[in-house]
Amino acid sequence: MRKMTKAGWATMIGMIALAILPPYFLLTGQAFYVDLATRLVILGIAAVSLNLILGYGGMVSFGHAAFIGLGAYAVGITSYHATWGGFDLIASYNGLLQLILALSISAIYALVTGAISLRTKGVYFLMITMAFGQMAFFLFQSLDVYNGDDGLTIDVRSELPFINLDSPMQLYILSYVSLAVAMLLVKTIVNSRFGMVLQGAKDNNERMVTLGYNTYFYRLAAYVISGVMCGYAGFLLGNFTTFISPDMMHWTRSGELMFMVILGGTSTALGPTLGSSIFILLEEILSSITLYWHLPFGVILIVVVMFVRGGLMGLFKGKGE
Amino acid sequence: MAPLLKVKGLMKSFGGVTATDNVDLDVIKGEIHAIIGPNGAGKTTLISQLSGALKPDAGTVLLNGSDITNKPAYKRAKLGITRSFQITSLVMGMSVLDNVALAVQANDGHSYRFLKPARKIAHIRDKAMENLIKVGLRKRANDATSALSHGEHRQMEIAIALASEAELMLLDEPMAGLGPEESALLVAFLKELKGQRTILLIEHDMDAVFALADRISVLVYGQIIATGLPDEIRSNDAVRHAYLGEE
Ligand SMILES: Nc1ncnc2c1ncn2[C@@H]1O[C@H](COP(=O)(O)OP(=O)(O)OP(=O)(O)O)[C@@H](O)[C@H]1O
Ligand SMILES: [Mg+2]
Repeated sequence: MRKMTKAGWATMIGMIALAILPPYFLLTGQAFYVDLATRLVILGIAAVSLNLILGYGGMVSFGHAAFIGLGAYAVGITSYHATWGGFDLIASYNGLLQLILALSISAIYALVTGAISLRTKGVYFLMITMAFGQMAFFLFQSLDVYNGDDGLTIDVRSELPFINLDSPMQLYILSYVSLAVAMLLVKTIVNSRFGMVLQGAKDNNERMVTLGYNTYFYRLAAYVISGVMCGYAGFLLGNFTTFISPDMMHWTRSGELMFMVILGGTSTALGPTLGSSIFILLEEILSSITLYWHLPFGVILIVVVMFVRGGLMGLFKGKGE
Repeated sequence: MAPLLKVKGLMKSFGGVTATDNVDLDVIKGEIHAIIGPNGAGKTTLISQLSGALKPDAGTVLLNGSDITNKPAYKRAKLGITRSFQITSLVMGMSVLDNVALAVQANDGHSYRFLKPARKIAHIRDKAMENLIKVGLRKRANDATSALSHGEHRQMEIAIALASEAELMLLDEPMAGLGPEESALLVAFLKELKGQRTILLIEHDMDAVFALADRISVLVYGQIIATGLPDEIRSNDAVRHAYLGEE
């Protein structure tokens, strides 16, 4: 076997910690920390998905939170109608059905918005993805059936075979396993032929086109994969919070996701997970100390981004890597 | 014999500058056709229109008799046109071997393959390695591209053009910035390629041009003022006046 890199060790240790700590907290009666860990892991999935296009594809999307919202509303709306009637076609607590709905809506949304956004580059891409995200935000804000701005309470969680999402521990395990699979999936994709083209196009698009790659479609495919993964995170988040609102899609949420990826380290396996962990923990700790936590929070984040090259994962870089 | 590449009435201007002015050009299968001309004559602009990177304002480009004027660059690559860049254009964040492997991979079916590690696909890696060996970069294969010297980057450009297996190679000043020894090696190398590939060669180094070219076209202010055998070009008055004489 090849010798493991420092980053590889860090990834293994980080993932083992996430596997061991929450069950420990639960057994010792500190349920609050399980909640925290669940949120952190679910947002980790979203950050991992964003890293595929941002880190490896060079597509700085500022509207990724829309996918979280779509995934969550797929649970919320179907569950709402199953409880209160109407819209018989989709009214259901069936988790698999909700999941299929969440993923396919995310895929369609990604395909349409990606096809348009990817006609542009750089800062224009950033702006247009943000605009699409805000469109989704305003759309759900205007849907009075689902309480618009005030959001929707999910009375019944998704019903899945073998797994009971009402159990915090089971929900956590599902989220954790999903995160591990997502990380593995992105790693596999990145190292595949497709991944080589994606990374080549990020680095030197002209060269890749000259070689015969229609880079637009490769990017679009990556964008759709990423969107679907993020939609899945939304499906979990809806089940976790049991309360959903348009706020989940607000551009500041997309900004937070982006920040997690950059904080942890783009184009690394663990980076996004590490970023989401630090982000959520820091937010929690600082907000318990002071009401004015946003300021020190912002300062710490800026310092890390400015002084640690390549995000926190940059600290684990070996010589010559 | 019908030419492999036929260019008719090609026009391209940038604002007030006419960079390509009614260019007609035939490139015959198997020949090394050199294009010479002073700085700013429009050589790179011409190549860019042939590779598909730039859209001409007017005119047609035929490859094997079929019109490719409106085909995008990636499609032309699939039809067998490759180019090297005057200003090195490589995937700097990847290894030397990865760069060449990407060229091989481009001809190995589509790349919507998500599972198998690309670096473990033997036939692609082997073919990439073969081409690196040809240009003398075997030892550098696993190094980061960004760590290589300018001369080595030029060699990589050639390895990539070779690996793409394109029938028509458009080489934009491959010797630019090379030392005399490196240049001589490259000339010898291109000589060996002669007949196997069709090459449109842009080059400032006149020794290289006269050593390699079967035919030469002279481009001045976007116009081709003469096309002919090397000896004809050497003795052409207009060419001497406009270009060679200036040296
Ligand atoms: N993208 C562009 N926009 C505006 N003008 C351009 C552009 N590209 C080239 N030109 C102009 O077109 C003319 C031809 O440029 P080109 O690069 O094709 O010349 P060249 O023959 O390759 O020169 P060199 O020997 O220096 O490489 C020049 O006057 C140049 O300034
Ligand atoms: Mg030039």
